[in-house]
Amino acid sequence: MTLHDHLPALAVVVPLMAAPVIVALRRPTAAWAVAVAVSWACLAISGQLLQSVLANGPFSYLLGGWAAPWGIEYRVDPVDAFVLVIVSAIAAVVSLYAKTSVAKEIDPDRQYLFYAMYVLCLCGLLGMAITGDAFNVFVFLEISSLSTYVLVALGRDRRALTAAFRYLVLGTVGATFYVIGIGLAYMMTGTLNMADMAERLPAVAHTSTVRAALAFLVVGIGLKMAAFPLHLWLPNAYAHAPSVATAFLAGTATKVSVYVLLRIVLGVFGGTGLLTALPLMELLMAMALAGMFVGSAVAIWQPDLKRALAYSSVAQIGYILLGIAFLSETGLAAAIVHLFNHAIMKTALFLALGAIVFRLGSARIEDIAGIGRRMPLTMAAVLVAGLSLIGVPLTVGFVSKWYLVEAAIGAGLWPVAVAILLSSLLAVAYVWRIVEAAWFAKPSDKALAATEAPTALIVPTWAMAGAAVWFGVDATGTMGVARAAAAALLKGVAP
Amino acid sequence: MTPPVLMLLALLLPLVAVGPILMARRNPNLREAVSLAAAAVLFAVVLGLFGPVAAGERPELVLVEMLPGLSLALKLEPLGMLFALVASALWPVTTLYAVGYMRGHHEKNQTRFYAFFAVAIAAAMGIAMAGNMLTLFVFYEVLTICTFPLVTHAGTAEAKKAGRVYLGILIGTSVVFQLLAIVWTWAAAGTLDFVPGGILAGKVSDGAVAVLFALYVFGVGKAAVMPFHRWLPAAMVAPTPVSALLHAVAVVKAGVFTVLKVTVYVFGLDLLAATGGGTWLVWVAGFTIIAASVVALTKDNLKARLAYSTISQLSYVVLGAALLAPVSVLGAAVHIAAHAVGKITLFFAAGAVMVASHKTEVSQLAGIGRRMPWTMGAFAVGALSMIGLPPTAGFVSKWYVLSGAVETGQMLAVAVVVASTLLNAGYFLPIVYSAFFGREVHDGHHHDHGEAPWPSVAALTLTAAATVALFLMPDWAIGLAGDLVGR
Amino acid sequence: MEVPGLFNYWMAVVLMMAGLYAVIARGNLVKKIVGLGVFQISVFVLYITMGKVKGGTAPILGDGITVYSNPLPHVLILTAIVVGVATTALGLALVVRIRESFGTIEEDELQAIEEGEA
Repeated sequence: MTLHDHLPALAVVVPLMAAPVIVALRRPTAAWAVAVAVSWACLAISGQLLQSVLANGPFSYLLGGWAAPWGIEYRVDPVDAFVLVIVSAIAAVVSLYAKTSVAKEIDPDRQYLFYAMYVLCLCGLLGMAITGDAFNVFVFLEISSLSTYVLVALGRDRRALTAAFRYLVLGTVGATFYVIGIGLAYMMTGTLNMADMAERLPAVAHTSTVRAALAFLVVGIGLKMAAFPLHLWLPNAYAHAPSVATAFLAGTATKVSVYVLLRIVLGVFGGTGLLTALPLMELLMAMALAGMFVGSAVAIWQPDLKRALAYSSVAQIGYILLGIAFLSETGLAAAIVHLFNHAIMKTALFLALGAIVFRLGSARIEDIAGIGRRMPLTMAAVLVAGLSLIGVPLTVGFVSKWYLVEAAIGAGLWPVAVAILLSSLLAVAYVWRIVEAAWFAKPSDKALAATEAPTALIVPTWAMAGAAVWFGVDATGTMGVARAAAAALLKGVAP
Repeated sequence: MTPPVLMLLALLLPLVAVGPILMARRNPNLREAVSLAAAAVLFAVVLGLFGPVAAGERPELVLVEMLPGLSLALKLEPLGMLFALVASALWPVTTLYAVGYMRGHHEKNQTRFYAFFAVAIAAAMGIAMAGNMLTLFVFYEVLTICTFPLVTHAGTAEAKKAGRVYLGILIGTSVVFQLLAIVWTWAAAGTLDFVPGGILAGKVSDGAVAVLFALYVFGVGKAAVMPFHRWLPAAMVAPTPVSALLHAVAVVKAGVFTVLKVTVYVFGLDLLAATGGGTWLVWVAGFTIIAASVVALTKDNLKARLAYSTISQLSYVVLGAALLAPVSVLGAAVHIAAHAVGKITLFFAAGAVMVASHKTEVSQLAGIGRRMPWTMGAFAVGALSMIGLPPTAGFVSKWYVLSGAVETGQMLAVAVVVASTLLNAGYFLPIVYSAFFGREVHDGHHHDHGEAPWPSVAALTLTAAATVALFLMPDWAIGLAGDLVGR
Repeated sequence: MEVPGLFNYWMAVVLMMAGLYAVIARGNLVKKIVGLGVFQISVFVLYITMGKVKGGTAPILGDGITVYSNPLPHVLILTAIVVGVATTALGLALVVRIRESFGTIEEDELQAIEEGEA
């Protein structure tokens, strides 16, 4: 076998091995350089995987050479590869941004720990996306979660510590629920391989063990993806984590959890008929709608913009969940494309906020008054990504909204279609609050002293903001992948 | 250059001009020269398209495939041609006016003003040339957003509040109603192209036609059909050139243009007539015409009165569409042009008065005609056009709308037109009369003044002349409008 | 239903509930971590129990052994124990840091301090 054949393993092994190397190096600049190299290497690997999947179809990789039912199978299909590329691309862009921002926000003697955790977190997220083994997902989930708790705890404010602690408690409960669910499913099927499990579950679908397994899994993953009302850990964690960590997590962590939900609930349990037999989709829809409105409404009143955007994430997860709850091809495609779109725009926004924090030391609404003239490039990025959050045409947000509404109309759910559009108006309120403060308010003292952020922060921010426009003007590519992925996922779902 | 290239040029030219405008921010003369030049060239480009379109050509251009199966595309047809001509012809005139006004009024942030103004024109061109409903919606939203900084230009608390109303109503209606209608249309018809005769026949039930039509009409908040009209008076806090070109021409005309376009090219007159899906709109438009006129009577602030007059006049276009008679639709299309030149004259005059005398209320205007004869003379021409009297453009369009109402036997519409004519006379003629024959009030704040700066006076004289010219030579507009309805 | 036969499962449920209760109801952060540990251990019990085969011995290759427990859950739980230990260690480390910066590890007092800062 050539190195090329081992790419699936390398995607996980490279960042995993890099973590101890970074710890050994200790020097901030060296640590950063390794993190950048690893992130871009992962992007290259993911890109390769996507290319070969699109060219040759899905393929498997047997870890350690052990065959599937006993060993751990890494399986790469278009959905996996798509998620891999999203995660590693965001990691790569954010890593470039990290040096300047981390140098400002974290003590020099702790910076290497930050980078070590960064690559470990990346390892966990990539692992969750690539593995085809249900228990292995748990292991990677915990790798990413544990490193995330540390990342959050590295925030400057002491409240970062309590935020990290609460996240740790809820995250562990969520992960443990996931293990329980997998254990129950294993009990009935005798396999942990997702593909095998999906084959064997329909025969035992009537048992309450399987139903309980599904319930545990949905709640467990729901906690990790911060679906309303299981989102309580998210706002504080995002608000107090270092800016780089927030940007990275907002774009990747919850998205990968959504991916796991798709894999497990649709991929593994799809054939059992339980999705329609139980009021599961109705439940998800209710959670989604409540999240869309509550998340956005709460966001309007937050004085701290990082917190406001964290609540906005809760709302956006609601949109993704809603798309899944339609259980139709258009709906699923909308959910998958929004997974991508939201990752881009939220990362852009948090990167821009990081640049503001870099200059002002805070991202509170009263401090950013009049900042539009002092930091025009940064604030223009906020505006572009903010418009995308609203769903203005020519941005990625519009694409998601369009297909969500189409899915709602296709399902005959008119009130839901109206709800989607109404809730997007709430986004106007919290985005326009920022616009008014930045451009039409009297400059604050902090703003008067500020100048444009350094290029090292501006370029990655605009890479993301630019992507939010690029994929909004031409969404044929992303929608094509999303549609193919949705069709593949739906194939296994029993009517 | 071939027509598709000209279309692309018409869209890009104002956008490209933004760069030099920003770069010349330290040199006002250069900045305004760039604006004027861009405006003049744009008009020439659009004029270059007139010949082919009048000859029956329908140039098309696909910009980019945005969503699978749905492209951003341009396609120029007679109605779009008419709108593009009006907007592009009035841009250079407004720029000329703005030079005098913005300097005379010592406005801040003038570079931002000229830059967003250019973007707004580009958006208006995009709306005029949109080849399908998605493209139209995209430019419609762009127009809303890029006019926001123009509305809140002053940056005062009042301006910010007005900006919220503006954005809230325009974004709110377009997202909740219009976008829903568009996606619905897409789901039902599988296309969003503008096709003469419509794309919905046989695709939706009769009842759904009425609902969908309502979603479109109310979704186009820019048409200011009551009860979604509040944004227009609110937008009057903007500098007068903005009120004149955008809130008497580009933005509001984009609204009624969209209504006409949807009526003719998405539903088709026959479908609406057969299903009765548009009948309710006669009532709503009629109500808006009368109610807005009554409100206008009560407004002492000149710009507020003009704003309500605009709401009323816009509903003439909507009424013309709702009557569903080809001749009334023709009248509605011509009214887009007729009202544009008349109302921009009125706004120019109001702004000129403000700059020269710092007077904003109707009650302060007694005797001002003697100090500013050109301005108030032009105002009188504009007022006549609003009322619909010869020799002004308003007469032509009103005539066609009225004949449509008579033809279809809708006496309600006839009554509305007659009543509103009286109301229009009621709130415009006293201004004209007291300006020329009233006695100037000396209230202590009085100071000697003459006309506004010459560029402003030149601009308003030009538009007043155009108002008369459109009465004398309406053939080109009627020709285009006739093509629209196949007459 | 034969209760003694399902004894292990019942114990798993009891541990699970006890652990979860401690996590939710206890204000002391260390007690929360203890609760979390108990909660995780309940899952270990669950897995080990399902791997048990009646009459089977430990899954070690040897002469004459034909019936033995399923080794896979053991392996899985070995991993899960490592994860659990890591979680507990990290949680306790955070508690130490919280104590250092806030001077308390009681939930309600922490909340009061934080609200003062918001």
